[in-house]
Amino acid sequence: MKRSWNPAVWVGFALVLIGALSYQYFFIRFPVTRDFPWANLLIFAIALALLALGLYRAFHRPDAYRGKIIGSILAALSVFITGFFLFVVFIFARQVPPSAGAPKVGAVAPDFTVADSLGHPVELSELLNSPFRTNDWPSDGPGASKANGLVLIFYRGYW
Amino acid sequence: MADFNARGIRVAAVSVDTPEESEHLRKVAGYSFLILCDDHDELIRRWDLVHPRMGPDGKDIARPAEFILDSAGKVRWVKLTDDILIRARPEEVLHEIDSLHLSRASSN
Repeated sequence: MKRSWNPAVWVGFALVLIGALSYQYFFIRFPVTRDFPWANLLIFAIALALLALGLYRAFHRPDAYRGKIIGSILAALSVFITGFFLFVVFIFARQVPPSAGAPKVGAVAPDFTVADSLGHPVELSELLNSPFRTNDWPSDGPGASKANGLVLIFYRGYW
Repeated sequence: MADFNARGIRVAAVSVDTPEESEHLRKVAGYSFLILCDDHDELIRRWDLVHPRMGPDGKDIARPAEFILDSAGKVRWVKLTDDILIRARPEEVLHEIDSLHLSRASSN
């Protein structure tokens, strides 16, 4: 009898990869799936269940299903990938310093001077007081009045 | 960005990347707005926004944070996330700008 290629193992592993990558590239866009990654956890749960089913078939019905070796390898990889995802999302990503000394609501923001991406020095007071038209930098022409406010976004950097 | 333009709100992003790295990002990502380069870490230290040793080669970098300042430079809204995956999205910032009546108050 020709043995099945045991699709549960392969589909399960594919789902693990989808579960690991879809958070960063898709689910993180939506607060409902970003703040708690329930969609990814659901994908991982289905994936691991399929892998368990595939391994069960491979070891208990080897006459009908392939996958003893490759299934074991993919299952081990899947457990590692799932564990890595859980570590990143629930432990690593939450190790952010408290920043108790950051400017607080109601305080006047301390002035600063840093370079723009062309290397030209820019002061906070310049951002607040220079004429503003649009956020096209630095090519936009002068506006009629200064900006109504400033959004400052600190990010981790593009390495 | 059009929504920020319409409200007269300037937007600037800040990281510890060099001007060369930031300009590369602007071109690759197609960003038109201002990117500030705190490559000597002076601003993030002064504002207590350092995430120690989290950059390449153990370099200090900025922790994610968002501030809204009014036209007088007063801080009107702050988001200091405790999870680097959860940051303010543009619609959240726009909502806060509207709640603070920044564009209306300053335009009058």
